[in-house]
Formats: sequence, C-alpha cells, structure tokens
Amino acid sequence: MCEWHNMANPKITIIDYGVGNLQSLKKAFNFCGIEAAVSEDAEAILKSDAVVLPGVGSYEAGMRGLKVRDLVDAVKNFAIQNKPMLGICLGAQLMLSEGHEFGIFNGLDIMPGKVARFSGLMDNEKIPQMGWNKIYMPKGASWQGTILDSIPEELLDVYFVHSYILAPDKKENIFGLTTYGGLEFCSIIKHGNIYGCQFHPEKSGEIGLKIIKNFINTI
Amino acid sequence: MKPIQSYISVKNIRILPLLNIKGMNVVKPVHTEALRVVGDPKKMALRYYEEGADELIYLDIVASLYQRNLDFDLLKSVTENIFIPVTAGGGIRSIQDINNALRAGADKVAINTFAVRNPEFLSRAAKEFGSQCIVLYIEAKKQQDGSYEAYTDGGRERSGFNAIEWAKRGIELGAGEILITSVDRDGTRRGYDLDLIKQIASFATVPIIAHGGAGDLKSIERVVAENCADAISASSIFHYKDFNIRDIKNYLKEKDINVRMA
Repeated sequence: MCEWHNMANPKITIIDYGVGNLQSLKKAFNFCGIEAAVSEDAEAILKSDAVVLPGVGSYEAGMRGLKVRDLVDAVKNFAIQNKPMLGICLGAQLMLSEGHEFGIFNGLDIMPGKVARFSGLMDNEKIPQMGWNKIYMPKGASWQGTILDSIPEELLDVYFVHSYILAPDKKENIFGLTTYGGLEFCSIIKHGNIYGCQFHPEKSGEIGLKIIKNFINTI
Repeated sequence: MKPIQSYISVKNIRILPLLNIKGMNVVKPVHTEALRVVGDPKKMALRYYEEGADELIYLDIVASLYQRNLDFDLLKSVTENIFIPVTAGGGIRSIQDINNALRAGADKVAINTFAVRNPEFLSRAAKEFGSQCIVLYIEAKKQQDGSYEAYTDGGRERSGFNAIEWAKRGIELGAGEILITSVDRDGTRRGYDLDLIKQIASFATVPIIAHGGAGDLKSIERVVAENCADAISASSIFHYKDFNIRDIKNYLKEKDINVRMA
C-alpha cells in the first residue's frame, strides 16, 4: 500500500477490549471498502487515523476491559487530539463521565455526562429496547458533513439493543434523539470528530452502512 | 377527528424471515414433519436482507436431533453479506456453542431442546452473554384438552412442559426474547395461533416473535393489531414468494402499524 495514499486508505482500528464480538463490525467496514484492524495494543491505537470503540455488556466490565489492557490513557489521548472516533453502544456510553449500572463507575469522560437506566417508560414498554427505532435531529443541529450526512430523516431507522441511555450534560453534545416508551433520549453524542452511537450501525442495514461510510469520510 | 394513537403502535413491528436448515439447504417442514428443499441459504438470506427484513432467524432443524452442532461455516457464509441481526439455533448446548455462533456472525442464539432438558442453562447463558442474546424457542402443540405442550427436536418429542408455563419460566431464567411457533399451524398458511400467542403476551416482559401459520396479509395484521406480538416471523410465504417483505410492510403501514421502511 502506498504511504502517500494514506488518507484515501485511512488506518482504522477497532479497539478490542474483551467485550463483545467484533466480527460483524469488521465485516461492515470491509463492506465499506476499509480493512479495519482489530487491536488491543495502545501503540497501534495511537498510530491510527481513526478508531472504533465497540462493546456490549456492563459499564463496569467495559471499563475493566480497558484498564486491564492499559488502554484508558491511549483512548483518552486519542480523543484529546480530536481524531475521529466512533463509539458504539457500550463504547458510546463509556465516552461519558460515569455509568450508573450496578453502582457508579467512572467512564472515559471524553464528554461530560452520565449513563442511566431507562425509567418512566409508558405502557410498561419493554426493557431492553430491542429493535428498530428512529433518530431525529435536535433543534439547531446540523448533520451536514457528519456521520448522518445526506441520510433522509424519514429513513433513519436503526437497530438498538440497550437498557441504559446516554445523558450528556451539555446540550451541544446531543447530536441525535430517539423516543422510546414516550421518553425522549439522546441516541448520538458528538464532540468535534468524536461520535458515540447508542445503536448498532453494523446491524442497521443499508442506513447503518451509510453511517459507517460517512464516518470513514470524516477522516 | 384523528384518534390518539395508542403507544404500542408507535413501535416498529419487526418482520423476520425464518430459514430452516438441513444440511446445506433451506427446507420447509409442513407440520414440522415432511420436508421440502426450498433453496440455497446464502442466496435466500441475501434476498430477504435486500427486501428489507428486520432480522433473520436461522435454525438447523436436525442438529439437536442428531446431537450435532450447527454448521458454523455455513452460518458464517450466510451472514457474510447481510447487515441485520441474526438469530441462530439448532443444537446449541454449551457456552462454547454460543461463542461459536456469535463468531460465525450471529447476534443471538435460539435454544429449545437443551433448555427443556437443562432449564438452568438459560440462566448461565444469559449471565455470560446478556439476556438480549438468548432467545427461548418454543414449539407448541395444542393438546386435546386445549392446553399447549412444548415440543422439542423439531416438533417430534414431547417435553412434558406446558408451553405457556415454560415461557413464563424461561423469562424468569433470563431469556431475552421468546420465539413461539405453533407446530399445528406451521406451513399451513392458516393464520397465526392467536390464542397461543395472546396467552404468552399477557405476561411477557420480553419481546415475543410469533411464528407458524402466516398466510394472507390479514393474518399478519391480526397478530400485530391485537397487540400479541412484537415481531412476526414466517417462512412459507417468503420462500414461495407469496409476498415480498416490502409488500407486507407497505400493507401494515397502510393499516397504521409502524414498520421500518428500508
């Protein structure tokens, strides 16, 4: 591969910190024309042009997975440089300051906020939310040039599996909203080039793949 | 005046084609007994993905009968080019089997026979992978007294469990979803067994996927409109091209039932 074509073939690393199966994510990037590496090595992560922080499981297990691999500082340093990052599900939740799941645990604190359990859902709506749901734009936001670029809002149905929700402190970090059980919650957080999605783009059909392609285009 | 929508109708109803696998083929059991070869699983999965399926169910129907494992390589090739959640089942009987299925591209596993024989396995699996990963698959057959019994091994063996009670217990043990098939209706196109599905829906705190009997569009509308099912699954009507998945979604949308329009 030619070095000078670097940004045409950006080096993307999917961070492996022991939570969840990364195959489908790798497969989705592959489909979008990028051979993403899977790594638990801090050096490799810091040398990447962009990283993906995936994850399924509890908040505490996620942070423990990062700590035992000595990856907390690497991920934070990556974020401080405002290099493109995509957090998915638990990975997005870890980007906030703290998680309230089986106790209170510190997160990566890339954006201030907490992760709390769904509460006050109408009609005994089921938890976890498992299935497709819509994303819509918060007032005053713009999706142009972002991971949601040129996706018509009416087609923005994506796949969720979660019991806890992103609750960023700052309004400016709220990038996408979703309603479930009558409750409006933040489904995408954003800070500069860093995005966290509560849903799974790699499981969200053509729209999900478009989101991944858009992310690649932000690099 | 526009009626106020009840909240339930806001949620997207999922449509899940179900592939029964035997060897390298998709087969279609009629009353889970006679088998017909329908086609190539890889091609069919891709077709359903492109038609807008919300998820896919992949069940090896003989694996548990012959105490075999799923063909993980085949599963991997089937999930290769589809980017929606996949539930895989058939012969799952260890944590390692679940790991293998997930590695082969599944997101959830469906467990029937082994759970009936070892109910506590549901708890162990849910603890290890999270409830969202564990689907309890129940094959229910109506008995002469009107009750439903859970069957295993593709509708062949009685379990001695009342299907409704088993669903309740399965949820308590940690199953995150219930896939309920009416063995009597499967392959008949006579409509879902509403009585069976309603009984489970009355207490279920996890999503219910209804299967067995999907026929005309009305039969699909009914199982959804009566608030029985969170998701509907079908095989014959998709395999034999009675309907494209998109046809069904368009129809449901016209009836003010929310579906994902992909």
